[in-house]
Order: sequence, then C-alpha cells, then structure tokens
Amino acid sequence: MNIKDFLKELSNSTSVSGYESNITNNIVNVFSKYSDKIDYDQLGSIIAIKKGVNNFSNLKIMLAAHVDEIGLMVKDFDDSGTIRFTSIGGIDPRTLVAQEVIVHGKKELFGVIGTTPPHLQDKDKSDDAFKMNDLYIDVGYDKDEVKKIISIGDIITIKRNFTELQGGSVTGKALDDKAGIVTMLQCAKELMKLNHEADIYFVSTIQEEVGTRGAITSTYKINPDIGIAIDVGFGRTPELDKSQSLEIKGGPGITIGGNIHPNLRQKLVDTAEEYNIPYQFEVESGPTGTDARSIQISRAGIPSLLISLPLRYMHTSVETIHMEDIKKSGNLIARFISEITSDNLEGYLCY
Amino acid sequence: MLLKRLTEASGVSGNEKEVRDIIIDEIKDYVDDYEIDKIGNIIVHKKGMKNGPKLLLAAHMDEVGLMVSDIKDSGLIKFITVGGIDKRVLVSKRVNIGKNKIPGVIGAKPIHLQKPDERKKALDLKQLYIDIGTYSKEETEKLIKIGDYITFDSDYVEFGDNLIKAKALDDRVGCSILIKLLQSDIEYDLYASFTVMEEVGLRGAGPAAFKVNPDISIILEGTTCADLSDIDEHLKATKLGDGPAISLIDKTTYFDKELRKLLVNVAKENNINFQYRKTSVGGNDSGSIHLLKEGSKTIAISVPCRNIHSPINVMNKLDYEDTSKLLELYLRKIFEGGIK
Repeated sequence: MNIKDFLKELSNSTSVSGYESNITNNIVNVFSKYSDKIDYDQLGSIIAIKKGVNNFSNLKIMLAAHVDEIGLMVKDFDDSGTIRFTSIGGIDPRTLVAQEVIVHGKKELFGVIGTTPPHLQDKDKSDDAFKMNDLYIDVGYDKDEVKKIISIGDIITIKRNFTELQGGSVTGKALDDKAGIVTMLQCAKELMKLNHEADIYFVSTIQEEVGTRGAITSTYKINPDIGIAIDVGFGRTPELDKSQSLEIKGGPGITIGGNIHPNLRQKLVDTAEEYNIPYQFEVESGPTGTDARSIQISRAGIPSLLISLPLRYMHTSVETIHMEDIKKSGNLIARFISEITSDNLEGYLCY
Repeated sequence: MLLKRLTEASGVSGNEKEVRDIIIDEIKDYVDDYEIDKIGNIIVHKKGMKNGPKLLLAAHMDEVGLMVSDIKDSGLIKFITVGGIDKRVLVSKRVNIGKNKIPGVIGAKPIHLQKPDERKKALDLKQLYIDIGTYSKEETEKLIKIGDYITFDSDYVEFGDNLIKAKALDDRVGCSILIKLLQSDIEYDLYASFTVMEEVGLRGAGPAAFKVNPDISIILEGTTCADLSDIDEHLKATKLGDGPAISLIDKTTYFDKELRKLLVNVAKENNINFQYRKTSVGGNDSGSIHLLKEGSKTIAISVPCRNIHSPINVMNKLDYEDTSKLLELYLRKIFEGGIK
C-alpha cells in the first residue's frame, strides 16, 4: 500500500488511547505483507516480525510507533441534552471550540462543540480562553434520546478528513503518531530490498499518550538488542525557537541525550551521511516524551534511539507533516538496520 | 439540494459572486425582471395578478469570513476577519482560500510547549496564520494573493433530530426561503433583493431598497440562538424548534408594531409555531432599509441558528419549513388588505 494512502486510512480512523483495537486489523492487513509473523502483547500492542538472514545469534531490533491518538471522553449530560466531556491525553481546550465531532456510542453520532453565545458573555472576557468546562457537545437530540445512544465513558473524536496541502504536505488529525506507523511501513518496504541479519519487530504500541504503556509491555515481551522509537517532533513555526523545533522537509530528527545510546546514535548519523539522507538534531537531556523513555529502562536496560518526524501544530486537529520526511526517516532506519550485525553490534554498545 | 449548494458556496462579504450565480440560475425562469445593481445586489420583480402595498423581501447573500492581508517570508499567510467573528473559533480549523479554494489550516502552538498561563488567554489574530503547505513566500505567491477571500471549510451535514450543520446559514437560509417563494406560483406582485455586505455594516440593502422604494419590507434572516447548556429561560435569545423568530427590536431597528401584530395573528390563526427574538443585540438589513428616504415599515422573520458566525451554524429543518409557511400566509394576509 502507498504510504500516503495508509496515512490517510489511519488518520481518518479512530484509535483513542484504550480503544486502539478499532484499527488493529488495518495495521495487521498492511504489515503482514512485509513480515513473517504477527504477534501481540497482553495489552494489545501489535507486533509484526520480519525475520533476518543467517540470524544465528538471535539479534533483535525493535521499532516502536504508537497507534493510539488523543481524544475526548463523555463525562456527563445537561438537561438540554448536551454532553460534557474531558480529554484523553493533552489537549488545549482552545483548539476544541466550534469543532465537529463524532461521539462513539452504541452508534456514531455527529455533533458540534458549542460555547456560551457571545451576547451572554461579559464584554471584558473576550480575551479569556474557553476552558474545558465552558464547552459542550450538541448532537441534536434531547437528553432522553441522547442517553439511549451515549453512555458516560464513551469516547469522542474530532471529525476531520485527511487532506493533501501543497507539495507533499498533508494535514489531518492524529498524525501523531500514525505518521510513525507509516514510517515503519516505509522502513519495512525498504527492507524488502536490503539484507538484514536481525529479526525486526515492528511494534504499534498502545496507550503512549497516557503514559507510554504499550512500550513497557511490548519491550518486555520482545527483549530487543536495540529499541528505536519513532514519534513526531515539534515542526518549526514562527512562535517556536529554532532550538526547540525541527525544520519541515529537513529530514528525520535524530535525538541526542540521556535517553539515547550515544554510539548507536553516531552510527545513525554516519549512516545518514553515507546515504546522503538529510537529518537534523533534537536534544533532550532526560527521558523523552516518547516510547523511548520506557524502552530504555525495560528489563536490564535496552539501548535506545529516537527518530522524530517534524510535525506542525501537534495535538491539534490540523496537524501537518511532509511525506518526504516520513519517507526519508523510513529509509534511514532501514539502512541503519541493514548495517547492524551481531559482529559489529558489540563494538557499538561498548561504553 | 438548494440549501447545501448555497451554504457550500463561498460568499464572504464583498465577494458574493458564487452565491449570486447560484441564485440567478435558480430564479431567472420564474421572475419577470432581475438585475444586478451597481454594487452587486440582485434586484428582482415578480409581477403578480394581485396588487397591494409595494413589498420588498430581502435576504443577504454574504457570510462572515477572512481575507488575506500578508504573505510572510516563511510562506505562511496572515489574515484579517471580515464581519463579526469571535477570534476564539478560528484555532485548529481548516479553511479554503481564493477562487481555487486552496486548502489551508489555522494551527496553534503545541500544548507541550505552552506555559499553563498561556492557555488562559485567547489567541489573538496577530498570533494566528494560515499554512497551506508551502515553505517560502514565492511558493505561496504562486497560489495566493493579498486580498483573497477565505471561507471556513465546513460541509452541509444533516444530523440529530431534524438538524442541519453548515457554514453561512446566516443568511443562506433566508436566500433559500426567498428563492423557493419566487419559484412558487404565488399571485402577488413582489420585489425581492438578495443583498451584498450585510455582515460589514448593512451596506448593500440601502441601495437595493432605494431602487425599489418599497412601502413595506420583510427581512428574512438566520439569527442568533442560545438555548443549550442549561441557561436561564429568559436568556434564550431564540430556541431551535420553536419556529420562526419575530424581531421586536435590535441594535439597528425598532420593527413596525402593526406589521408585527398582524404577523403574530397570522401565526396564531394558522397554528404555526413562532417565537419572539428575545434579545436586542445584533442587527440586519432592516437597519438600512427603514431609514431610506422618508422611512418605511419593516419586519424581520428569522430562522434560529446556533453557533452563528462560526463554521458550525446549526438550524432546525422544521423552523425553516414553518418560516416559509408563515411567510406565505402573511403575504396573503397583506394582499387581502390586512395592511392599508
């Protein structure tokens, strides 16, 4: 499957943290074409295994991208039938005003997020942001009807169709981190053309947004020699410093810092140089806000890497990303994997 | 479907062409005369067998939106608002720019990089910009020009209990009711105007009415509705599903009492749901029309719309039908001599 089509399919589908199983089949269908076996951890992370060649020492490299997305959850109902909600994962309430949503009850209900109308607000409050408590969802039914279909605890997603912008830029919801899963697919496709000794574990992890939990359980199960997390990084926009953001179309962001194995990271940089793949650095002193934080301290410790895809407007429903950055990141990881052998790995891991 | 076509067309104030073309296409075979005046209004005469007072029916074609004000070196697009838009509805939205409807997004700083205090403040226009996926001024300039009009990306959706979500229901709903009336085989002599630039100061209606010089004008509108989230009954400006909203007073007009009483009687006699518009804020084309020349009588009948002036206007189909029905019966009453 074309990587853009796969990103579209994933972005338009629903997999709020805790409800990832909605799209397990979409992922299995695609990855089973590029792997030898599909497995799962006990919490539902999806593991596609591609065997290496002459892998006598049982070398294992794990890639992790999270399958869950941020969302909302039904908290209560007003007498007028409107729905009150809370967020799952970090959401700025300011980005929710006047959005269209789908409430996933016994059936899917379309709704819109409303606020107190302007003529009932204090004039001097118009510079104040709306808070989550000021917002409600209108699904167009009265309370009795709503409660027949919707229950407290049901999840809610923003209704947003994946759309192509100019060049290779695309926009949609939940590109964080469905773009990471698509990057794994690009890597898997590229690996069909390359030799690799290690068995590769493509893991779509669950519950990253609420505490990198799928990474904890899947890494334990796999016990890899190297763990590579693929997540999104802050794409550069005018309000962000150069030091805290990644350039769009600048290629994969390679993270440097305590969460990352220094020699393997250098190998990643060398590989990028060797194959003329543009890259950029991202620095983070302690644990990163990604699956890499959990992978690193699994069992007796796992050497970890983090590839960040430059993504603008993270955790809004208009996230944008460039297909070129996804492609280059997948290719870099594939090249890196193909150069790791049981013979040279020991050298890289040596402190 | 007419209302779908009307709401999905772009017609930000000052750029009503797409809407005007649809309307002319719809009415031209049903009216005796129509013209586009010097500022873009459509003025229509449908001759009737029955004469009465000179009657003008008015609905505005334009909608609130945005306009390109600058293109930055980064390729990002700065904009101003056209008409009254609460800046807080803009963040994290899809928009379409210019004639070719180039898609863009209005993004926001990631929550991870915000200080908690930042989240208490609404984002200001000067902090917002549109991203179309270009990364230099030159790239953007190939597609976008300063002055291009921008609409919300919002399609027509039917949902809930007879509800419709769309952009620009204010006032495509009025346009739609008026088009349907002109297409019917009504026997009264009528003038109609589809006006421009209502949202930027009731600009089009004056010249349109000047030309027609009506005795009585009926303004057809989509109006503000506040009926959700358990607010006090007296604060509910209008309620969805309670029928056409009849205006008493707003910022621009003291609506004619005689016309209003007659309208209320017609609604009561025919058992049609109606409600009063229980707020004095806002205004409509009547503000310009009733002060023209020596002044004339006006009345406004509106379909209530939740989330007005945002991408997600919501109305009730039954209110639309009741408004149409009430309007027709009201015209009959007027032409049967209800008003001298």
